[in-house]
Amino acid sequence: MTVNLSKGQAISLQKGDGGTLTSVRMGLGWQAAKRRGLFGSRTREVDLDASAVLFAEKQPVDVVFFRHLQSDDGSVRHTGDNLVGGAGQGGDDESILVDLQRVPVHIDTIVFTVNSFTGQTFQEVQNAFCRLVDETNGQELARYTLDGGGQYTAQIMAKVSRAGAGWQMTAIGAAANGRTFQDLMPAILPHL
Amino acid sequence: MTAELVRGQNHPLSRTRVEIGIAADTPVLALVAACDDTGRMAGPGGLAHPGAPAALPGLAAPAEAAAAHRFAVDLDAVAPSVHQLRLVLVLPPGGPARFGSVAAPRVAVAEPGGADLAGFALAGLDAEGAVVALEVYRRQGAWKVRAVGQGYADGLPALLTDAGLTAPAAAALASAALAAAAGPAGAGAAAAARDGAGITAVPAAASGTHALAVPQETPSAGTAAGPAGADPAGAAPDAGGPATVPGPAPVSGTPYAGTPGPAPAADGPGGPPTVDYVHPRRRRSTSEPPEPAPQAPAPAAPGEAPVPVAGDATGWTMEERLYNQVWGMFEDLARAVAAYRSACEFADSRLDRELDAALSDPRHRLAGADHPARDAARARRNELAAQARSVLDRDLDQLAAEAAVVEPALPAAYARWASPVWHDTPAAGPDEAPMALRLGDLHLPERPDLRIPMLVRLPLERGLWIDNGRTGSEAAMATDTDRLRRAAMDMAVAHAARLLAVHPAGRYSVHVIDAAGAGAASLAPLVHAGVLAGPPAAGSAGVAETLERLTRRVDLVQMAVRAGAPEELPPDLDTAEQLLIVHDFPHGFDDRAVTRLRYLADEGPAVGVHLLMVADRDEASAYGPLLDPLWRKLMRLTPVPDDHLADPWVGHAWTFEPDLPPAGSLVLDQAVERAARARRHARP
Repeated sequence: MTVNLSKGQAISLQKGDGGTLTSVRMGLGWQAAKRRGLFGSRTREVDLDASAVLFAEKQPVDVVFFRHLQSDDGSVRHTGDNLVGGAGQGGDDESILVDLQRVPVHIDTIVFTVNSFTGQTFQEVQNAFCRLVDETNGQELARYTLDGGGQYTAQIMAKVSRAGAGWQMTAIGAAANGRTFQDLMPAILPHL
Repeated sequence: MTAELVRGQNHPLSRTRVEIGIAADTPVLALVAACDDTGRMAGPGGLAHPGAPAALPGLAAPAEAAAAHRFAVDLDAVAPSVHQLRLVLVLPPGGPARFGSVAAPRVAVAEPGGADLAGFALAGLDAEGAVVALEVYRRQGAWKVRAVGQGYADGLPALLTDAGLTAPAAAALASAALAAAAGPAGAGAAAAARDGAGITAVPAAASGTHALAVPQETPSAGTAAGPAGADPAGAAPDAGGPATVPGPAPVSGTPYAGTPGPAPAADGPGGPPTVDYVHPRRRRSTSEPPEPAPQAPAPAAPGEAPVPVAGDATGWTMEERLYNQVWGMFEDLARAVAAYRSACEFADSRLDRELDAALSDPRHRLAGADHPARDAARARRNELAAQARSVLDRDLDQLAAEAAVVEPALPAAYARWASPVWHDTPAAGPDEAPMALRLGDLHLPERPDLRIPMLVRLPLERGLWIDNGRTGSEAAMATDTDRLRRAAMDMAVAHAARLLAVHPAGRYSVHVIDAAGAGAASLAPLVHAGVLAGPPAAGSAGVAETLERLTRRVDLVQMAVRAGAPEELPPDLDTAEQLLIVHDFPHGFDDRAVTRLRYLADEGPAVGVHLLMVADRDEASAYGPLLDPLWRKLMRLTPVPDDHLADPWVGHAWTFEPDLPPAGSLVLDQAVERAARARRHARP
């Protein structure tokens, strides 16, 4: 059961059987768009970066991105930078694993962002998506397609925030511009 | 109208039914090779030759050598995967061997029974024994002909190899083609010999590209050589195909035993050459796995999910699994505490903010000391801190449970001196050097009783420095100098004894520099057991001599390694790992000796010479900043608990506590004694 999220739609990360999720993975996949015209087979490499920013009451506390692959508390892990995309041909090129049980108690929101490090806009990216997978059984919980084509270089994809005893995911899908997550901070804050 | 082509020129063909004519002064063989768009043959079945004239649909190659050929080609019947038909001329064995010695042959593409469409004289040939005369190829749906006229001095096999066949397959196919053309008798014999193989050969050809077309073409191409079964060499190289399994033997080589031309070499009946992926210089041992298989951990009790198990990590051996598990616990503890600390920090900063806000509100200034906003803020802080603490306790309990099962399972090199493993080790000593060594314990103030073994990989990448100075830490300040120095040297001796005990006999040598003899009491167990490489060096002469010896060893091994000739080392050189304990540095050291020591610290670890300094940095202050790189290069340990070590993940300050044999215990003497016995045993 996959939910195709639209902007602002929220899903609760409660399992069907009532238990809460313990471990989720945010996957990001993309392929560089083929250029048309002369030498049309040549693609320009696109480096998208997935980042996760950990917030405690609207204050950024920690960040997981390609230069800090694991949050200090060990609950959020980035599996490594992919510079070209398309590795999985539809699979995830970058993944961020979140061990929800071990997220420190004061962290109430984790925001996932995507930036184009090489500066191409999402017009030049194909098949970009972000999805949330229940890591314990590999089931895809939600998928958000970066059906961009827009003149922007970053997107605030989604947030996973505490809701009662469990967590819920909200698709944000807001476009922004920036090379790394630092540039996005002003854009993220309204969505918290 | 005839187009007379020159080499490389092409010409469109207006029709698809054509004839190919060849005129030469001497008998030549005419073969047709079918290639794909990259010029490669799909397999041996892609060659129409005297042994298999009908191998290709749409044409029948001449069955024997002649000075003039004319045969029809129906280009419409050519398989769609074929993009080029190459007309190959070969000089049959027994005649001239090179086209340079005969008059230039002329080839032509003609209307059926009519005039030539395009002709080409193959002038200027020299040593070639087989030439591609023409190429009829597809170009955007139509056929064209190109004059090629290029050949191979090595004859047909080389040509076939170049067209993509493997060398043995090309050789087999070439010899089959030449043998079939050798004469009516030869062809007959070959055909007779092939009859047995015919049944299997047809389906064998079916694995080729043109397979299905072969039987269809049989009526039009039914010449003496028999139906399409006549592709012996085609069958042989396909021996991997399922159909030839019953009988590749009849086509193997016997019919062609006496034929000239390169015979298929010894690697089987012309079968596909097997590629040997084994590294030529790597030892081949298939009987045993390259590494010992990992041992399965004891299964956890069903129902209780997170029961910690010793060795629950990756690795080839239990030792490696335990090492990885200990480092995993180390990291988990560091991160769990980081989560707790960050939550507490956040709670405190939030409290500060809320108190500030409460105080800056003028309505509250006039109120009493205890007003609700302040209390609420404190309560919020305490609630968050308690929540964080409970999460931390949950994690720490899990880690403590894991430590409780891991600690008793550790092998001697990783175990505390108090561990029973030090008492029941086999007398024979270990067979292999351990992969790591326990230097002590690490803990954090959040849970002082949860100790993580501090394991470092062996051979040591950095030297060790046991700091016996009192200025290093508060605990050291509180200890009096003599006790501290004694403890430091005892610790060094304990490490040396541990290293000797966990290495195979004769694989570890310990040298001691104790210039003033101040460490004699601590060194006594080692000296009495006779496990040292020599008596502790005393005086500046002893210091110089020991350093000289070890420097020479470093130099020689370095030279041998760089020259790639480790067998050239002099026979008197001790190839064991060397540990040099330096006590009371810089007592007894002159400038030259200090330089040597620094050299050993820099260059030694890579070639198996390690340093264990027991020193007070302040005493060497006379050297000024000269020695700073030396101290930085060494890993500092302390004889008293001290929090100077940082983990690589979050950078907590961990409290290091040395692990020493329990007071009054004989475990160290026994370990040293065992090592001494093993040494005597090893050196009869």
